[in-house]
Amino acid sequence: MSPVAKKSVNPLSPKERIKVPRQLMPEQPADERNKNFTEVNLGYSPELARQEALRCLECAKPTCTDNCPVGVKVKEFVELIVVGDFLGAAAKIREDNVLPAVTGRVCPQEDHCEGKCLLSKKVKPLGIGYLERFVADYELRMGTHVIPDIAPTGKKVAIVGSGPSGLTVAGDLIQKGHKVRVFEALHELGGVLIYGIPEFRLPKQIIREQLDYMREMGVEFETDVVVGRTITIDELMQEEGYDAVYIGTGAGLPQFMGIPGEHFNGVYSANEFLTRINLMKAYKFPTYDEPMVELHGKDVAVIGGGNTALDAIRSALRLGARKAYVIYRRSDAEMPARAEEVHHARQEGIDFQMLTAPTEFLSDGKGWLTAARCVRMELGEPDASGRRRPTPIKGSEFDLPLSVAIMAIGTTANPIVQSTTPGLGTDKRGYIQADSETQRTTRPGVFAGGDIVTGAATVILAMGAGRRAASSIHDYLTNGQW
Amino acid sequence: MFKIIHAQFIAPGIKRFVLEAPRIARKQKAGQFVILRIYEEGERIPVTIENSDPERGTISIVVQSAGKTTHLLNSLNTGDQILDVVGPLGKPSEIEKLGTVVVVGGGVGTAMAYPSAAAFKRAGNRVISIVGARTKELVILEQELRGVSDALMITTDDGSYADKGFVTDKLRQLIQNGTRIDLVLAIGPIVMMRAVAELTRKENIRTVVSLNPVMIDGTGMCGGCRVLIDNKSEFACVDGPEFDAHKVNFEVLVQRNGMYRDAEQKSLADYQLAQQAHSTRNEEHCAIAQRSER
Ligand SMILES: Cc1cc2nc3c(=O)[nH]c(=O)nc-3n(C[C@H](O)[C@H](O)[C@H](O)COP(=O)(O)OP(=O)(O)OC[C@H]3O[C@@H](n4cnc5c(N)ncnc54)[C@H](O)[C@@H]3O)c2cc1C
Ligand SMILES: Cc1cc2nc3c(=O)[nH]c(=O)nc-3n(C[C@H](O)[C@H](O)[C@H](O)COP(=O)(O)OP(=O)(O)OC[C@H]3O[C@@H](n4cnc5c(N)ncnc54)[C@H](O)[C@@H]3O)c2cc1C
Ligand code: SF4
Ligand code: SF4
Ligand code: FES
Repeated sequence: MSPVAKKSVNPLSPKERIKVPRQLMPEQPADERNKNFTEVNLGYSPELARQEALRCLECAKPTCTDNCPVGVKVKEFVELIVVGDFLGAAAKIREDNVLPAVTGRVCPQEDHCEGKCLLSKKVKPLGIGYLERFVADYELRMGTHVIPDIAPTGKKVAIVGSGPSGLTVAGDLIQKGHKVRVFEALHELGGVLIYGIPEFRLPKQIIREQLDYMREMGVEFETDVVVGRTITIDELMQEEGYDAVYIGTGAGLPQFMGIPGEHFNGVYSANEFLTRINLMKAYKFPTYDEPMVELHGKDVAVIGGGNTALDAIRSALRLGARKAYVIYRRSDAEMPARAEEVHHARQEGIDFQMLTAPTEFLSDGKGWLTAARCVRMELGEPDASGRRRPTPIKGSEFDLPLSVAIMAIGTTANPIVQSTTPGLGTDKRGYIQADSETQRTTRPGVFAGGDIVTGAATVILAMGAGRRAASSIHDYLTNGQW
Repeated sequence: MFKIIHAQFIAPGIKRFVLEAPRIARKQKAGQFVILRIYEEGERIPVTIENSDPERGTISIVVQSAGKTTHLLNSLNTGDQILDVVGPLGKPSEIEKLGTVVVVGGGVGTAMAYPSAAAFKRAGNRVISIVGARTKELVILEQELRGVSDALMITTDDGSYADKGFVTDKLRQLIQNGTRIDLVLAIGPIVMMRAVAELTRKENIRTVVSLNPVMIDGTGMCGGCRVLIDNKSEFACVDGPEFDAHKVNFEVLVQRNGMYRDAEQKSLADYQLAQQAHSTRNEEHCAIAQRSER
């Protein structure tokens, strides 16, 4: 790179750029979309994308890139949009991010790239997520992707789990010439992207196209294999000849609160609720065989304030719920969900009961849920997480009538692989120990990353771990040193 | 895709399948199950592995027609394919040498109890098996169980075969006769398991039951299979399916298994209507034909 700044392709002066307003994302009207599963955001047109791209200040030290967990070269891809080279822009993103159509939609941009965009000091940050999504969708529509021609190395890598983390490792390693096989416990590939995040936020077709592309590149997939049960890590390495293994099994196990009545009919974990809808298509019963409780005209609440909680309750609303509540024990400021989702949920008519927590579920005496007994909270001193600790307000108890309650209060480590792999180190909470740079575990040849190492986090963090792992797996396979 | 190597009705509405599933066959232990999905629109249902042959790479399952999915499964034949079969899931039965083990099987539960009975026998226990069925035709696996049991007792609800009565009558007799029982393993309908648990609780006999809540993934991910054990939630697919019978809250199990009853009945009714309309092949006729061959 030349030390002399090259001439900008952007015709606007910095002052003019700041005056261009952030281009709004076209979306389905709230009172229509809350009745269907079609995507909420409709995507930029090429004109809108170019207009938005013009706002970038082309910073000398782009803090946006520094704050992207995989270091997407934002300034460079945005420049390519300005000149209308959308495919070039997509290729530029792909150098660092194999799933741009996904991350453009689901990254909490306000915590990463956009949160540190220089523009945000004065005006709204650049719509980096929207632009990323635009070029990725453009590329998918054009159907042009190059299948690189790579000489095989003769090495074999097994990947456990087909979530964003495992898929990133697979995508990177196949391009280095290694043979890659992904083992997935469920009958569909994609992890949370398939069974968790609903169609109206992340159309499943996008994941399928990505998977097809990976298949074309030579990645092999085997579903219906629970590693640890169907075959162990040791068997993969010793009997099936894998030279290295990557574990990306996610943080799958739902937590419950341990309050009375959680076993009543009508109380679900968010995982079960979303799995029935997304993976098993229960909302298409009886075309699909998997049933779920009838939600039409029913009052439904989700307990929790993360993306999972919002996905669950917005799905319930789309399935005909009369009232749809979010019950969250802290305040707006602490809600971990993506800002855009909270905004969309409010528009759609979700009723947010903040600073509120259930203490007990009540039933009709025949085992069916009828209400949640709740208590209002106030925020006290900061707790270990640095957030102010909610404490119940005496005498504020009330009963909220409900037919369905969905628990979305977090997940714990999925233990199946750890408990069947001798010598694989775990932390206090049961997550796999892995080096934060190389993603190496305590077992030679075995790497791990994503939610199974960090605990429930984000798609892009899981992909970042996958990226680091792929590079260190490649080193290990090349020089044989541990 | 998993190929059906062999399929045959062993009683009216109860069919045994031998499936090609080499990875599962190699790992299966008594007490474990698979989850299967027949076709794209299908639900995932758990079924116990009756037997496995690691050499041939096959497993066998025994399925009783209950609702739509099991009816559909039981309409499949040798050579057909099943879309997904995953396993072996769940903790294996804890097999040790204890002395005398009484294995109680009710209905299709007999097929689920059989692999554990065989394993207890191999471990050097005296195995007493008690099999209960509604009526003569529904007594299954008699020969197989006889082969692994020191004694086999059979009851039918209507007295059409062996002794009239319930499995608990036989168990009570054993206890009254002063038989030393070190462990009871009971697998069958919830009412039967609960009755066994009540009986042995009074006698302080260690008792294990295999629970059958509704499941989806079978890997601990959804929490739908939670059962109340000692007043705490446990996930039957990973913490079970076998639990200490005296700690199980059977009432909650019955309640949760009834959660989708309306939808299930609608599914089955729609399916049967469609079958009648087409009336391609009639399972009952097949079963009757097979019975008269015996
Ligand atoms: C409802 C929901 C909404 C979310 N929304 C967002 C969002 O908007 N933005 C965001 O950034 N993040 C979001 N997240 C978080 C994000 O999805 C996760 O952090 C991310 O998917 C983690 O990726 P992963 O590859 O580590 O694991 P996962 O995506 O969990 O994938 C793990 C895979 O491994 C499989 N597996 C598990 N055990 C085994 C085994 N023993 N053998 C074989 N396979 C196994 C699982 O079936 C699964 O397919 C959301 C999460 C949920 C649940
Ligand atoms: C660990 C385990 C092992 C089992 N082993 C066997 C076996 O070896 N042979 C056999 O015939 N049956 C077995 N079952 C029961 C079998 O899974 C159910 O009969 C089957 O799911 C019913 O599906 P259906 O659509 O035919 O009936 P439905 O009409 O859906 O339901 C009939 C009954 O089955 C129960 N059921 C429904 N869906 C499920 C589900 N997804 N998971 C569990 N139960 C469900 C319901 O409580 C209902 O009362 C087992 C169940 C479990 C949990
Ligand atoms: S991957 Fe996510 S964090 Fe990185 S630039 Fe794209 S949207 Fe921003
Ligand atoms: S920080 Fe914002 S303005 Fe600066 S280069 Fe990045 S996107 Fe452009
Ligand atoms: S079946 Fe989903 S957790 Fe057990």
